[in-house]
Amino acid sequence: MNKRKLKRNLPLHLMLIPGIIISLIFVYLPLVGSVMAFQDYNPIKGFFGSEWVGLKNFEFIAALPGTFQVLRNTIYIAFFKIVGNIIVPVTFALLLNELRSNKSKRVLQTFIYMPNFLSWIILSGIIMDLFSPSDGLVNNILGVFGIEPIFFLGDKFWFPVTMIVTDIWKGFGFGTVIYLAALTNIDPSLYEAAMIDGAGRWKQTIHVTLPGMAPIVILMTVLGLGNILNAGFDQIFNLLGPAVYDTGDVIDTFIYRLGMIQAQYSASAAVGLFKSVVSFLFVSLSYLLADKLANYRIF
Amino acid sequence: MKKMSKGRLVFEIFNYIILISAALTCLLPFVNLLAVSLSNRSAVAAGEVLFWPVDLDLSAYEFILHSNRFIRSFLISLQRVALGVAINIVVIILTAYPLSKSSKDFKSRTVYSWFFIFTMLFVPSMIPSFIVVQNLGLIDTIWALVLPGALPIFNMVVMLNFFRNLPKELEEAALIDGAGHWTILWRIFVPLSTPSIATITLFCIVNHWNAWFDGMIYMNRPENYPLQSYLQSIVVTPESIMQVMNPTDEMARLLLSLSNQTARAAQLFVATIPVLVAYPFLQKYFTTGLVMGSVKG
Repeated sequence: MNKRKLKRNLPLHLMLIPGIIISLIFVYLPLVGSVMAFQDYNPIKGFFGSEWVGLKNFEFIAALPGTFQVLRNTIYIAFFKIVGNIIVPVTFALLLNELRSNKSKRVLQTFIYMPNFLSWIILSGIIMDLFSPSDGLVNNILGVFGIEPIFFLGDKFWFPVTMIVTDIWKGFGFGTVIYLAALTNIDPSLYEAAMIDGAGRWKQTIHVTLPGMAPIVILMTVLGLGNILNAGFDQIFNLLGPAVYDTGDVIDTFIYRLGMIQAQYSASAAVGLFKSVVSFLFVSLSYLLADKLANYRIF
Repeated sequence: MKKMSKGRLVFEIFNYIILISAALTCLLPFVNLLAVSLSNRSAVAAGEVLFWPVDLDLSAYEFILHSNRFIRSFLISLQRVALGVAINIVVIILTAYPLSKSSKDFKSRTVYSWFFIFTMLFVPSMIPSFIVVQNLGLIDTIWALVLPGALPIFNMVVMLNFFRNLPKELEEAALIDGAGHWTILWRIFVPLSTPSIATITLFCIVNHWNAWFDGMIYMNRPENYPLQSYLQSIVVTPESIMQVMNPTDEMARLLLSLSNQTARAAQLFVATIPVLVAYPFLQKYFTTGLVMGSVKG
């Protein structure tokens, strides 16, 4: 019996081969390659021939004047993106849920959901035009209210704010749809019971809708925690200029510049390894919490 | 219908105002982009173009038709989507099926699961990944764009959860009839999973169509850029639009009637069209497929 079962399960092992090979080559191999963070990597000598230098690359990075700032920028931008990407979609899901006409619900969803599917390249092109200080639409509108033009992408205070706001703008439709789906799963008899007890719409929202959404909100919050070092490379890389490095340079853009532009391979790999390890801890923690708080399992 | 209270009426009006403004912020930027691409360059430079073309001018689109760089990269992107998505779907299905078994039926499942869970937790950084792709000799080939992301792990999890929710009796009956796992997968699981596979296909299409960074670092020669990498180069350094190798007379005439802004707007808009075309399908399957795949985590 056991032997037959083994034979029957053989295809299951075979099916996993492509996925395993891909993961081995493109995830596990680079992971092993991260040892270059402890080397003075030389492309000609490779991983095996390069000289080992211990923690020198990490000391070099820590001694750079901008490193701490980069870390601070990353966490600042990522934190507000995580928070905003929960609060804004939850609010919009509640507002949409109040609409009686299903048709307007659907039409509105269709529009707010769209930016999510466009690349940051296209959106960056649009954002550069919209937020331009000379003839951008946003500044034209602000001008109507007598506000002086703001250089959103060139100002140290406004750059991170613009990143946070436009990121939420891109993603809030997607989140709204997810939360709205959670709302439609709330048992209608709960609303009926609340109504019999004399609860108005407002009270129903507080006592039925919000608690009904709580599990998925908690889950999304906890899973967001794993992104604390992801400030959003695709977006920031395309909109960042040297004038706003002080507040806009983040870990990923820093890794790119060190490695790809300045060819400091080992230093870049050291920052990358730092990020991978810290993210690993945060993501693991977030899944652990998700399991404890929301009964969520990855697989 | 019951008569609305006064407070309720005020709320409904405000609610509509907020929701419609939000929808407009998502729509108007694209209307503006289209209007700019269709306008005369001097009207654009003067900031006269809002949501309707001023002095209709199609030369930006003529430019696209004559721009071999745009067309070339567009074709590379199509090729990338076709090849990349086909590989994605096959690898996702093959990986999701065994992992959807219970560890009682498939003992090694736990070990394999941890192997894949680890790839979700630990994301390798840019330079080691680049060196791996380089040493495999994939630079300047389409394989550099489709192989590293061949197994999108989150889509695999959606597929896995969908498989897991299929009635177990189907599989048991087939096993008793002597069917093997290959038969069960292709004859029973795949046909029953079309909504989920459609969702995942659309996810993968959008991902491949929108990807730009891999094209930028893995393609040494700009003529190998997929569309979004090419667009990245013209968005970040606008001067590069106008650099045309050996312009023909036709091209020279067109370049005179263009500005960076109108040419860029037209190219961005054309790159948006495939997503807009796919959008109704995206909407149809996205939520259903996503919700179905994630009900039981």
